[in-house]
Amino acid sequence: MTQISTDEVQHLAQLSSLQLGVDEVESLRIDLESIVGYIEQLSELDTTGVEPTYQVTDLQNVWRDDVVDDYGISKDELLALAPAAEAHQIKVPKVL
Amino acid sequence: MSVISDFIGHSARENVQAALLKARENEDFNAILAYSDERALERADKVDSGEITGRLAGVPFIAKDNFLTLGAPTTASSNFLKGFQAPLQATAIEKLEAEGAICIAKANLDAFAHGGSTENSAYGPTKNAFDKERVAGGSSGGSAVAVALGIVPFALGSDTGGSIRQPASFNNVVGIKPTYGTVSRYGVVAMASSTDTIGVLTSSVEDAETVMDILSGKDSKDMTTLADFFTPRSLDGPKKIGIIKEFMDDGVDPEVKAATERYVEALKQKGHIVEEVSMSLLKYALAIYYIVVPAEISSNLGRYDGIRYGNRAEASTLGEVYGLSRDRGFMPENKRRIMIGSYVLSSGYFDAYYLQAQKARTLLINEFTTLFETYDALIGPVAPTPAFKLGENTSDPVKMYLADIMTVPASLAGLPAISVPAGKSQAGLPIGVQLIGARKSDSLLMAIAKDVE
Repeated sequence: MTQISTDEVQHLAQLSSLQLGVDEVESLRIDLESIVGYIEQLSELDTTGVEPTYQVTDLQNVWRDDVVDDYGISKDELLALAPAAEAHQIKVPKVL
Repeated sequence: MSVISDFIGHSARENVQAALLKARENEDFNAILAYSDERALERADKVDSGEITGRLAGVPFIAKDNFLTLGAPTTASSNFLKGFQAPLQATAIEKLEAEGAICIAKANLDAFAHGGSTENSAYGPTKNAFDKERVAGGSSGGSAVAVALGIVPFALGSDTGGSIRQPASFNNVVGIKPTYGTVSRYGVVAMASSTDTIGVLTSSVEDAETVMDILSGKDSKDMTTLADFFTPRSLDGPKKIGIIKEFMDDGVDPEVKAATERYVEALKQKGHIVEEVSMSLLKYALAIYYIVVPAEISSNLGRYDGIRYGNRAEASTLGEVYGLSRDRGFMPENKRRIMIGSYVLSSGYFDAYYLQAQKARTLLINEFTTLFETYDALIGPVAPTPAFKLGENTSDPVKMYLADIMTVPASLAGLPAISVPAGKSQAGLPIGVQLIGARKSDSLLMAIAKDVE
């Protein structure tokens, strides 16, 4: 069965933009190992030559006219949702 | 329980007040997260004055709290969206309001709809309507219990892998998971885009037909919606139904099997032909599901970064804002699913897990397609057991996932599947049976259920 190390948990947390608390890492490691242990049974199934399914609607290329639709929501209403905003912009901590 | 017709032709204000009162009298079940008194009463008065009319004029309902609504916060039962006031409403809510229905409250769920017991809610678990020491099922647990307690005649839910059907079966109500694409997902918090569906929980099949008739149809805001194909119908003769052998094996609770067999007997009494069928791919369905769905979750939940909306953690760098907002905003099950998604999509593992699962999904769909050349519908239980005890499965995520084993196959194939009450166990716990049909056969499944209701 696949083993998951503490380092791998930290790597997955980084890929997932999760800054885990120290007390979370070990319990997640155990859980992830158990879930991966379950899903890896799929490797025994022969899928040679089978096309993957990504969606089940049979719909293809749903087009619409290239016109602006604001869905009835104003810029101000959306900005009001942001935890911090100033001068019609969303405010974030320094990036660089 | 109550039905839609109980509310038609009465004072909408009185309907709404009675439903709100009943909801508050039952707060110990923790089915409701927030009330929408002000907006609900305002709309009720408009119904009473004749300004708003429609097929559901003055009928109160409850929405799972992953539907964006005006008048009450939308939290998806998470800390991330605690107090979030949506600037718009889900298409499903808009359609119901256009017919005069009135949303009175928001129902509890597993945070972001990740779970099968409503125990993953940041606001505490919902209790089963028949036994407060047991789970409501999930993730639409609050919706199922609200209907079971007779607070409202119908409640909206979402079903990605069984989240309407399983809580419906645990609480003795009807649960409809339609064909993928039947109802617009616009304005509903996304979980796994290729299997997310919107449906309804009711106390009668007829009420479910009424609501689905209103909800179904194309929406320019959801490109995966299908042209409206749903029309309530009755049966034109006996049907051929396959009972799924793998769903009736020794791992299934004997009382669940017995209830399913009694339901099959009732179908036969009505002249329907029921034969045993076997699906060799079913044993892989749960593994496929717990690869595909976490992959889609990890992508869909990337939007919760604490920047544009939701709760932002204070930190000095942008990276820390993301990381800490997400760590605090998500429940452990959300994190497990996001990280499994990252795992199966990461380089080196993609082919072995994600691609393999999508290929296996094709094989599963083919198996269903072949069966529907012979059978009008398939039948089996909804879940392997009646409602389990609170806390019984919380320490082992895989054990919790196994409760979904009978509901995920239809989800992966985009098929309609409905859960209907089929009696109770000796301990008085409800048991449901599941009817699964070919794509767009939703109204046929409901017609079969009506035939033996």
